[in-house]
Amino acid sequence: MDINLPALFGQLLIGLINGSFYALLSLGLAVIFGMLNIINFAHGAQYMMGAFAAYFLLQYAGLNYWWALILAPVIVGGIGIVIERAFLQWLYKLDHLYGLLLTFGLALIIQGLFRQQYGSSGLPYQIPPQLTGVRDLGFTFLPNYRAWVVCFSLAVCLGTWYMIEKTRLGAYLRAATENPTLVRAFGINVPRMITLTYGFGVGLAALAGVMAAPIYAVNPTMGADIIIVVFAVVVIGGMGSIMGAIVTGFGLGVVEGLTKYFFPEASNTVIFVIMVIVLVTRPAGLFGRVA
Amino acid sequence: MAQATGQLTAPAEAHGHKSELIAFVVMVAVLAILPAFVYPPFLMKALCFALFACAFNLLIGYVGLLSFGHALYFGWASYFAAHLAKVGKISIPYWAGSWQWLTITNSPMVPELAIFLAVMGAAVLGFVAGSIAIRRQGIYFAMITLALAQMMYFFAVQAPFTGGEDGIQPVPRGYLFGLFNLANERVMYVFVMVMFLLGFLLIYRVIHSPFGEVLKAIRENEQRAISLGYKTDKYKLVAFTLSAAIAGLAGAIKPFVVQNASLTDVHWSMSGEVVLMTLLGGLGTIFGPVIGAFTIIAMQNYLASFGQWVTIIQGGIFVACVLLFRRGIVGEIANLLRIRL
Repeated sequence: MDINLPALFGQLLIGLINGSFYALLSLGLAVIFGMLNIINFAHGAQYMMGAFAAYFLLQYAGLNYWWALILAPVIVGGIGIVIERAFLQWLYKLDHLYGLLLTFGLALIIQGLFRQQYGSSGLPYQIPPQLTGVRDLGFTFLPNYRAWVVCFSLAVCLGTWYMIEKTRLGAYLRAATENPTLVRAFGINVPRMITLTYGFGVGLAALAGVMAAPIYAVNPTMGADIIIVVFAVVVIGGMGSIMGAIVTGFGLGVVEGLTKYFFPEASNTVIFVIMVIVLVTRPAGLFGRVA
Repeated sequence: MAQATGQLTAPAEAHGHKSELIAFVVMVAVLAILPAFVYPPFLMKALCFALFACAFNLLIGYVGLLSFGHALYFGWASYFAAHLAKVGKISIPYWAGSWQWLTITNSPMVPELAIFLAVMGAAVLGFVAGSIAIRRQGIYFAMITLALAQMMYFFAVQAPFTGGEDGIQPVPRGYLFGLFNLANERVMYVFVMVMFLLGFLLIYRVIHSPFGEVLKAIRENEQRAISLGYKTDKYKLVAFTLSAAIAGLAGAIKPFVVQNASLTDVHWSMSGEVVLMTLLGGLGTIFGPVIGAFTIIAMQNYLASFGQWVTIIQGGIFVACVLLFRRGIVGEIANLLRIRL
């Protein structure tokens, strides 16, 4: 088989980019699930809101990509905090499935509103001028913006991992996940921690959305399909481990990219097929504790 | 385990089967009279979705399993039935030095055979998907069923016989058992209604059988059911396959009603819709899914010109049901009257 190196590398890079988004989104889902015991079906919609926030900031406030990178997660995370206070906080004592149903309803509302307003064709968002252009690697060309997306999301993922696994705040979070009552007895405000955790997870989704905006067009339906793939990623990795979510996200992105090169017909389904194989051989997931 | 207030379904007090019998008679009477007042094609479509929701409710209401990918069985059965009734070609690949296709049949089938084979197909799909999904519990189960359905959605987009974006159309209605001309709107309505009632009664029978009691035990406390010696995975798999087959029956009838089979019926939004119908009507109530399906289909019908507002309102109903009335319409009525429905 002839291997066209630049084409293969191009697909690998796209795979890594998708993997960055899978990793950021499944990381957010895992963090939220750990604290709230809710699968956040609105995660895809919040990713889309991040991209729209970047578009709005540029269009109406004249704030560029770099501002959007900071402000969009804060704004969308803030909306997430409102959602948690208004809706999710009433569900913690109920069966987990109600959280899934409620956030699914929220996703329908959010996506419906955006589609009503902006249709389903994408809005353009320019690559920031500092990151345009390509770098010559000798055997192929690497667009600067794509390299930036991969490096920056990797940094955010590792930063999140460090915060949760190695800092005092992270220790509180992990303790509250294990036994919220006991942690409250130590005088820590667990309900506020839960609220902020949801805001943080949503912020991660929005951050992914901002980074996706210059690559894919800003589109009301951009989150609807990716969230189902991310669910499969989460099933494969298991939600028990933060590092597991990151590794699985990037890894599956790369596998998807390779499939696009070698067997393009299966590129849409390869992650689901891997999910089936993992479930048959290791039902708890690659990194998961038995759930 | 879920606390009493947090259970997925609140079992209503048992006061015998009398209330259910009365409600059933009323339902049959209403369905018999309704075509005189309401446009029959609308009713037939609603009946298909009602049966689909009942099949879904068998899982969530009586086993506590949330399948978020039931469009898989509904939509694929719809494709199977439409293909068999219109083209009828079945080929299987075999190896003879190189891959060859062995054509088994190559002529359009009569409706009853097409529907029967489509239901069998849905049952097989349900058995396979069920065996994979029951390896995980709770929230993972929902995510796995959704992911499997999405995978099969992509197959439906790519498979040659489904017609991709165009779907399969027009689907001929044909003669049922060579006697009844289904092109006649009245005959078709009776056929759809009879199929719906048969599916409905089958589900009722299953729920009230010893098998159904075990299913409810699994819903209430799976660990305890296991310690009592029940192989809960087998019960769950049988229930899942049965639910997929009945969802397949609903899906297999639909192409004869609307005369096409399309990607809409295998898309994840269809899986969400059946969850919504059941939730709105009342999880774990026998008549709830029927009421829920008619309500949602009526709403879609009347609000069709408002575009995305249908989706937005559906999302709003989800939120309202989860936050305000988790028993659903029928569940709240049953609770109010202290009867079982």
